[in-house]
Amino acid sequence: MTSPANEVDEIATDEATHHSTGPSTAVVSKSPTRIAMERFRKDKLSMTAFSIVVFFFVAAVLAPILVKTGVLDPFGTNQDLLNEFSLPSGKWGGMSSSHPLGLEPGVGRDALSRVWYGITFSLAMSISATIIAIVLGVVLGIVSGASGGWADTIIGRLIDLTLSFPQTLMLLALSSVLVTFISDKLHVPSGNPSQAVYVVAILGLFGWTGIARLVRGQVLSLREAEFVQAANLMGASRARIYFKEILPNLWAPILVSFTLIMPTFVSAEAALGYLGVSIGPPTPTLGTVLNDSLSYADTDPLYFFVPAVTIMVIVVSFNLLGDGLRDALDPKGNR
Amino acid sequence: MSERPILEVEDLKMYFPVKSTGVIRRTVGHVQAVDGVSFQVEKGQALGLVGESGCGKSTTGRLVTRLNKPTSGAIRFEGDDISDISPRKLKPLRREIQMIFQDPYTSLNPRHTVGSIIGAPLAIHDVVPKNKILPRVQELLEIVGLNPEHYNRYPNEFSGGQRQRIGIARSLTLQPKLLVADEPVSALDVSIQAQVINLLQQLQREFDISFLFIAHDLAVVRHFCPEVAVMYLGKIVEIADRDTIYGHAHHPYTQALLSAVPDVKQAEVGGRRERIRLQGDVPSPINPPSGCRFRTRCPMAQEICARVEPPLMQIGPRHKVACHFAGELGQSPTRPVTTSVLGVDDQGSPAGTSPATPVPTGPGYDQQWFDLSSQQVISA
Repeated sequence: MTSPANEVDEIATDEATHHSTGPSTAVVSKSPTRIAMERFRKDKLSMTAFSIVVFFFVAAVLAPILVKTGVLDPFGTNQDLLNEFSLPSGKWGGMSSSHPLGLEPGVGRDALSRVWYGITFSLAMSISATIIAIVLGVVLGIVSGASGGWADTIIGRLIDLTLSFPQTLMLLALSSVLVTFISDKLHVPSGNPSQAVYVVAILGLFGWTGIARLVRGQVLSLREAEFVQAANLMGASRARIYFKEILPNLWAPILVSFTLIMPTFVSAEAALGYLGVSIGPPTPTLGTVLNDSLSYADTDPLYFFVPAVTIMVIVVSFNLLGDGLRDALDPKGNR
Repeated sequence: MSERPILEVEDLKMYFPVKSTGVIRRTVGHVQAVDGVSFQVEKGQALGLVGESGCGKSTTGRLVTRLNKPTSGAIRFEGDDISDISPRKLKPLRREIQMIFQDPYTSLNPRHTVGSIIGAPLAIHDVVPKNKILPRVQELLEIVGLNPEHYNRYPNEFSGGQRQRIGIARSLTLQPKLLVADEPVSALDVSIQAQVINLLQQLQREFDISFLFIAHDLAVVRHFCPEVAVMYLGKIVEIADRDTIYGHAHHPYTQALLSAVPDVKQAEVGGRRERIRLQGDVPSPINPPSGCRFRTRCPMAQEICARVEPPLMQIGPRHKVACHFAGELGQSPTRPVTTSVLGVDDQGSPAGTSPATPVPTGPGYDQQWFDLSSQQVISA
């Protein structure tokens, strides 16, 4: 093929040549993701939320190491520091240099260690549940949106069924049966591991509906986009169209829903811990620590505030991060 | 002329079912988007397809590229009917027939680099080794007048005209023989339109590509296409070479369309041009009018127009028209010109006489045609 570039040049005097940078300057290409990240970095609130989230993740990863090395001691009782009413002696719930957030009334365990170690279990469970929900939601959403037909109808009804299910009630009613099932039939060690698997599974299996609907809608509109038709016209396989053409355009909503589903699962786990379905004592989660503190809410309110404020900060910063990501990734939305 | 046309479309129909709402979705009707269209595109030539929005011209383009499967009819590409072949057999054909899309903003995947967009057809068809894709992409970028070093940029870094060039480069990747251009310039502003049209002409000469050029801009079509077909409500009402359509249009719809085009020369001369104003709206393609589809808006419609559908009849060496009262603007006949051909009287009732000459309905042009002035079949 001869290159008609020279002839074309005469008619191609448009922007093409104006934009071209000299050969010496490096051309830095801006992908949509890159542009979004630049926009995100300019947003102070989102960046603050992001640093808090990172802080909690680092804390969650560090906690088991610190417990092992003995820096944190979430199990040791300090009965000698409690007074005759089993309340921490001294001011501010027994705060001191060795127990910066005070002591747990009744047992005398270190409050900071309990909450810090609790963050690890809470975040681990809610992340696992979020991943299950996202994977289920994305797969079912793509199948539903791409196929149209009967698969769409079945998945749509399944979403309705899941949403109308009284999940909290079932969670409480079936917990003993299902936890036994998990430990006996799935060979998960009984006790807390089975309990954790149960909570993660329940949260994940009931939490995928929102993202499935979101992804389905996106797929429905992307399916008709001209670039998908162009791929069809090239003879691209279905797999290529769904995974190479459509899926990259879904990362933004998936990422945003991850950061928005995650905090709901943190608070859901806390609620379950409060109801006694989550991991049992002595292993702490944010929910069980909160549960423990409630019986002392009037006599030792400071101990109640420690897990409550932690949960609040995690949930709020995750939500702000999600909002910031959504604004950065979708510039057409209201900002 | 003896060479076989690259594309022949014969009696092509596309009916989209209209489903009722509710649990049991019955088909309650059909949108007759394309209803019996025949035309041909000769090798290295360009056929323009014009008409207002919703007349079925884009659907025709999608049928020719087999993005949709036609309800009936034949699409012969280099002699082989492709209207009914399986997706597997369609894949090699994808190399031969490509499409340029209307909107350069939605036709490029925003998450892919220009290089991977243009190189995708090569990867899909596995025609060149992986390390040869990039040189080919750069060559293509150069052909369409873009900087070959920009292969790793994303579509959002380009302007509308540049993006359309990228789309053109993608359609050229597999060296197609036929390009369906679905309103390739209507989303661009006028100065860029000219550049893109010139680029397409350049490529047509260079690579001997045939075009099916779909547009609603009559000036662009006049510039690009030596042959033009005018569509109305799913049917071709007039098809002829460029000079005949723009100088001697015989169909009242074509005349109305042409009279709506602003004319710079006229403004220079001063005074107002006679404009044909069509009354009413385009009827629904779900329930099109009987007989001639244009009769509800036609200024010279008569009884026969509602009763008998006018055939697309050849009236010149390269001119076909579907009208009972075909004639140049202001010289339309008072009696229907089709009565002897159809064997009906002036009101459209069967006259008892058998049709004098069968009207050829094939996609191409015949050596003999029905001369309007002498009311006789004459040959070249």
